[in-house]
Amino acid sequence: MKHLKRSMSVMAIVIAFALTASIFAAPAQAAPETIVLWSHASGHKEEINIAYQIAKDFNVSQTKYSVEIKAFPNPNYNDAVVAAAAGKSLPCLLDIDAPVTPAWAWAGYLSPLTIDKKTLSKFSKTAKGIYDGKLYSLGIYDAAVGLFAKKSVLKSLALRTPTIASPWSLNEFNDALAKAKASGKFDYAISMGTGWDGEWYPYAYSPLLQSFGGDLINRKDMKSAEGALNGPEAKAWGEWFQNIFTSGYAPKKESATERDTGFTTGKIAFSWSGNWTAKDALAKLGDDFVVLPPPNLGTRPVIGGGSWQWAISSTCNNKAAANEFLNFGLQSKYIARYANDLTYVPGTKEATALSVDYKPGAPLAIFQQLASKYALIRPATPAYAFISTVYEKMTKDIIAGANVQTALDAAVDEIDKNLKNNNYYKKKK
Amino acid sequence: MKRSRLSLGFSLLSMSGLSIFFIFPLVFMVMSSFKSNDSLLQDVSSVRAFLPVGHLSLDNYWEVFNRVPFGRFLFNSLFVSTATVVLGLFLNSMIGFAIAKMEWRGKKMVLSIILALLILPFDVLAIPMLYLAAKLPWFSFTGGFHFTQGWFNSYQIQILPFAASAFSIFLFVQYFKGLPKELDEAALVDGASWFRIYRSIAVPLSGPVFGTVAILTFLPMWNMYLWPAITIQDEKYRSIMLGLQYFYVNFGTSWGQIMAYLTLLTIPIVILFLSMQRFFVTSVASSGIKG
Repeated sequence: MKHLKRSMSVMAIVIAFALTASIFAAPAQAAPETIVLWSHASGHKEEINIAYQIAKDFNVSQTKYSVEIKAFPNPNYNDAVVAAAAGKSLPCLLDIDAPVTPAWAWAGYLSPLTIDKKTLSKFSKTAKGIYDGKLYSLGIYDAAVGLFAKKSVLKSLALRTPTIASPWSLNEFNDALAKAKASGKFDYAISMGTGWDGEWYPYAYSPLLQSFGGDLINRKDMKSAEGALNGPEAKAWGEWFQNIFTSGYAPKKESATERDTGFTTGKIAFSWSGNWTAKDALAKLGDDFVVLPPPNLGTRPVIGGGSWQWAISSTCNNKAAANEFLNFGLQSKYIARYANDLTYVPGTKEATALSVDYKPGAPLAIFQQLASKYALIRPATPAYAFISTVYEKMTKDIIAGANVQTALDAAVDEIDKNLKNNNYYKKKK
Repeated sequence: MKRSRLSLGFSLLSMSGLSIFFIFPLVFMVMSSFKSNDSLLQDVSSVRAFLPVGHLSLDNYWEVFNRVPFGRFLFNSLFVSTATVVLGLFLNSMIGFAIAKMEWRGKKMVLSIILALLILPFDVLAIPMLYLAAKLPWFSFTGGFHFTQGWFNSYQIQILPFAASAFSIFLFVQYFKGLPKELDEAALVDGASWFRIYRSIAVPLSGPVFGTVAILTFLPMWNMYLWPAITIQDEKYRSIMLGLQYFYVNFGTSWGQIMAYLTLLTIPIVILFLSMQRFFVTSVASSGIKG
């Protein structure tokens, strides 16, 4: 009993001492300030889990800020952001699809980023969302399109295997389609991905137009599509593109089956598709699978560039915290994780070296090369969303057999009218 | 006798044909919900799409519960739809009663304005309503009672704008006009107030119109997409229809899971309709409304 009393007294003294010491020694810890990041990846478990992991790591790495993620389903994400901007309830951080950046920057939703130059220099040009000379968004990953083929098919059709240094010319590409069709082995020579809709059209097909020498808009001043979208080069593209469908080389409107399994099951010889479907093709076809560079249709080979990026809203109360999070989240290990878990193309060389599928010599490494060598960013104008819609409709009309020049002229009229009605999207003051 | 048998046989045959025709999409939905994406896409162009053939599993259903907080979304939609129906029945029937039964200045003008609202589609009102909702005051008990601004991310923003409905008021006005005037007069002579007449005479005699309005309010609320899509940013308030979008991922739509999700969200509606079918048919027949 005596021992117990003594030990309890000692314990009481120790606890009292410890408490006193802690009161004087430890400064009061303020709760971390919460900043919110909106993501478009709700329902896409693998993608949102990486974002959660980055936020968790960031929150553990320091005590000043806490990042909380709110996820939205992709199809209504842009509407939610625009509505929130109208209601002045945008979060500090948000992800953004690359071609949308100029429109949201112009509308005043976004604030320029302050990423240090060393970090920024690591990113490819397509990973940067630049508008009016300022950086508004930075890519956590990229995407690339290529021409999917089988080595065995190239051999049986006696076709040269094109390389990045020496892609197919227009004649060689046309010849490949003609031979594939004439062989009688395939339902179609090529799948152009017409089973997809929306942004796929300008993303996948406007590079073919650009390869011919045309474009969606005159990029010099972004004030008109006249000449770029309806000039002789554009007409040549339209007629060639239409011919792919009217000659029966490609299905005009692919069924979901044709789009997803036509190439891998051998019913279609080639496929104009993206890195996101390549892993599945590789798994099904193994060594026989090969990704070819885009053909040079006149001026140079071109593919689309730019995918989802991170941005900071103009109403963010703590831009320093938001920038700190971006600098943290854009580390190579996270970009590489997007590449490894989701087969997204890494936007930096460091991350490429860390990725399983895209590092030099890896089976999908060509996508990284295509993105860095041939990618052209979609026009950085607030009018892009409108141009994209008009281009999709116009291309569908051309595929359906409309008069090419009439369809091009109509699209140019619509785009120019929109530009004029919006005072050429002059910067708001 | 022969002709009537022939006619009956023809009616039964045509009705059976139509039933099969209308049930096909549902059969396709349910069957596809048990198939993998690949086999669903392969079956879609043949009769196999409607048959339980190939490898069937509950994987899509497990994945639905894995990807989406289904229970939360189901509760939100049931709560918002039911609350709007209950509040709407109360408000719209009282407005309808006041217009149909009571005499007051400007009544005709108010009715004309309400009828004029019928021609305005919701899409036209969505943006002005959005700006309004962003400014409206509310209150919060988090960190002590205080007032807040903006109704985004709440149940009230999904319920209150739709409680009063021009179409429901119109239905109630039409129905109440058909109730005998003598009943009101007798009640007034006995000293009943207008609210008492509404509560004790008009409401008990108006079951069919209440049923019709309940169903015609519940279904669009259940199916509502645009308004919650632009006003709800927090997952805990999202409706079941927004949950459907979780399965549309860039270039990777999971059709089997979409079918499983649609099957699950159709079940409450089917239960509701089957349990109220007799009542609904009566109410539709008596109110002259066709769905």
